[in-house]
Amino acid sequence: MSGFPNTSPNPTHDLAIIGAGPAGMAAAIEARKAGLSVVVLDEQDAPGGQIYRAIEATGGKRRVLLGPEYAAGAPLAEAFRGCGATYLPKATVWNVDRDLGLDYSREGASFRVSGRALIIASGAIERPTPLPGWTLPGVTTAGALQILLKAHGIVPEGAVLVGCGPLLYLIAVQMLDAGFPPKALVETSDPGALKRVLPHLPGALRAWPYLAKGLKMIRRLKAAGVPLYKGASDARIEGTTAAEAVVFSKNGVTHRLPTDVVALHQGVVPNQQVTRLLRCDHVWNASQHCFTPVLDAHLETSVDNVFVAGDGAGIGGAVTAALRGRVAALRVAEKLGTASAEAPSAQVSSAQVSSGQVSSGQVWASLLADLAKDAAIRPFLEALYAPSAQVRSPADETLVCRCEEITAGQVRAAVALGAPGPNQVKSFLRAGMGPCQGRMCGLAVSGIIAEARGEAPDVVDYYRIRPPLKPLALAELATLDPEPSREAPL
Amino acid sequence: MSGPGKAVDLLVIGAGIHGCSAALHAAIRGMSVTVIEKDTAGRHASGVNAGGVRRLGRHLDEVPLSQHSMGIWNRITDLVDDDCGFQRAPQIKVAETEEELDQHRERVATLNARGFTHEVILDRAALRHHLPAVADHCVGGLASLEDGFAQPYQTTFAFQRKARALGVTFLENTRVDRVYREGVDWKARIGDGSVITGRTLLNCAGAWAGELARQLGESAPVEAIAPMMLVTNRLPHFCDAVVGATGRPLSFKQMPNGTVVIGGGRRGLADPDTNGTEMLFSELRLTAATAIDLFPIMRDAKIVRSWSGIEGRMPDDIPIIGPSQVAENAFHAFGFSAHGFQMGPGVGDIMAELIATGYTQAPIAPFAISRFSQGAL
Repeated sequence: MSGFPNTSPNPTHDLAIIGAGPAGMAAAIEARKAGLSVVVLDEQDAPGGQIYRAIEATGGKRRVLLGPEYAAGAPLAEAFRGCGATYLPKATVWNVDRDLGLDYSREGASFRVSGRALIIASGAIERPTPLPGWTLPGVTTAGALQILLKAHGIVPEGAVLVGCGPLLYLIAVQMLDAGFPPKALVETSDPGALKRVLPHLPGALRAWPYLAKGLKMIRRLKAAGVPLYKGASDARIEGTTAAEAVVFSKNGVTHRLPTDVVALHQGVVPNQQVTRLLRCDHVWNASQHCFTPVLDAHLETSVDNVFVAGDGAGIGGAVTAALRGRVAALRVAEKLGTASAEAPSAQVSSAQVSSGQVSSGQVWASLLADLAKDAAIRPFLEALYAPSAQVRSPADETLVCRCEEITAGQVRAAVALGAPGPNQVKSFLRAGMGPCQGRMCGLAVSGIIAEARGEAPDVVDYYRIRPPLKPLALAELATLDPEPSREAPL
Repeated sequence: MSGPGKAVDLLVIGAGIHGCSAALHAAIRGMSVTVIEKDTAGRHASGVNAGGVRRLGRHLDEVPLSQHSMGIWNRITDLVDDDCGFQRAPQIKVAETEEELDQHRERVATLNARGFTHEVILDRAALRHHLPAVADHCVGGLASLEDGFAQPYQTTFAFQRKARALGVTFLENTRVDRVYREGVDWKARIGDGSVITGRTLLNCAGAWAGELARQLGESAPVEAIAPMMLVTNRLPHFCDAVVGATGRPLSFKQMPNGTVVIGGGRRGLADPDTNGTEMLFSELRLTAATAIDLFPIMRDAKIVRSWSGIEGRMPDDIPIIGPSQVAENAFHAFGFSAHGFQMGPGVGDIMAELIATGYTQAPIAPFAISRFSQGAL
């Protein structure tokens, strides 16, 4: 598809994996079983990703508090540690070439590795939540609260949680268990949501454990007396120099909840920075209200030998992420000729697979069946917890680009002048040009332009993403060693 | 928009700064114009260059055209109803050695002999007056004190909007498959099979202009290049001028918002077939080192973005401007070789004059396409 070569002349490894969450860890373990040399780069200082953050360090009480699904990360991390992959923690990947060379920064210096294949397992980011007042000090995200809890055991007092999505309930229950219940939970999913979810209920029942867990969380919050406001609209944060109150409407009545800590959340979306950088094709996922990379059945993108596993392939959660990691790694092994290629045949049980009594075709079939089963809850969740219209199409005065302080109204005005897409709006207004590289405003800007032009978001498309993926010191670039190193420094 | 078969006066191919400017100036002269663009206006080099409005250091044959263009830049708001982000600022080429400064002295003497006085020598003290943050080893420089910089996309978009307001039709996301002559008209067959007709044809297709020239029956060895640029985080204000180096590639300026744009000649990979470019950090590390050498304050800067746009470069690094040598009523303005942004307003005016009247006083002979005909080089 492109004139650029897609293979590095002397790759340092068979497989490079970005991210050491469930998808990256599972992919590394599977690829090592198939005999591939593997390098895993991850920004954190220990394996786990966001979902299993600090899993190795979190013991006893805190692990109990975070629940059995969090604890499930421990054996995976242990297997990952022992799998023989070269693991580079604290490594920030800031560039990926078309020939699958990766430039990464580690403790102030940059290095380079390369793979014959690449699995991008960089997961999800919280959907940015452009509401009036969302840039005030004291306003954070539910994900940020969870990082404080997992990594440091810290919980703020009297926080008001605003938004929608399963994570909002999970963090509320975890705060409750830690002894600092939230002051209130304000749910912004629109009142029509219940009608939308009913068709998906039979599918959701196939994933009964997830559903039961959700209902239990809501019951526990109610029993503990945490006020739940459902169907809230027109949410905003008031304050002059910092957050002072959350204000919203419910059934025509305006509520005002004073607080100095507000955690916003509108679900999570794939982190598409690396797939955009590599110019992989993307498609608008109308159910998840986000872009997802176009993938074949084995999770390969439109760019040869580039795969996506985990939530970056579309939001699926930790169990699906690990399954996807295995699928992608097996396919890499097949393509590189270290595993026998065989089409999926009969379905087999997970027990048969783990007992080693099955062929690789049966392994495929089993993996794909497990994936389908785990995904059954998704249409239900996606319908129930669709991001609020207020966030998808912010009011004119709401800031969408925090770095360059550009409002939704300015974006609409640029469209009215004739700017056809996000890249023209970016060039014209500077929206998306700040240090976050458009992570915070990209979806909103594409959405606003699509709405204003009456086109689908994948027609107006998304920002072109350029390196560095994270800010890089000029002095570090000036001392970059252009030769890839076979032995990645540890 | 003209109906099928109805000829416009001018068919422009390419909606970069040169295509948009020529279209606007032709419309001002009362011509009917259609611009066909395979992507969107300003998608490539015109929208994503470093924005230098520079007369300094130009090829001697370009100096008169650059001067003409500067006159238009100085009243750009009157022309396009948008200030294009244009700001006056000195352009300075820093000399790091006495030998480099001597080269600049010779240059000034040559220009003065031709009647141009816009470039002047800065001694050690004058350099520091304009660039207080420059490194100790720098001995002086060459300056054009009344040049400046602008916002490239804002500029190209403003030219397009003004042209549209004067009746120019823009067909964007429309690829020209073939141009050919039929009777006295030029025909452009576009992607959907339909045909656009014009009495005259102007090739402003930048890196893609070589194929069009070939269809007219002449050779133009235009190469697609991808000049690379870096942008830093916002820094305290320390630099008012647009800065270059003398012995190594650099273009350096601090924007009004505090970010620093660093570019200047180092190239990434360009793939004109897919519109793709790829940054080469093995090259950019040299740019980073040069920036730190000249401005030690840059040691603490962080790169937040990089970008590149596809540009057409000629083997002799000056553009092709003027009529086709083989085809009647066909014209070229392309191959500006990574320094065409400043010339856009002026060359568009010259092309409109040439096409409308058949004549221009501007000295465009050195830019004739015939220099690439067989035996010409």
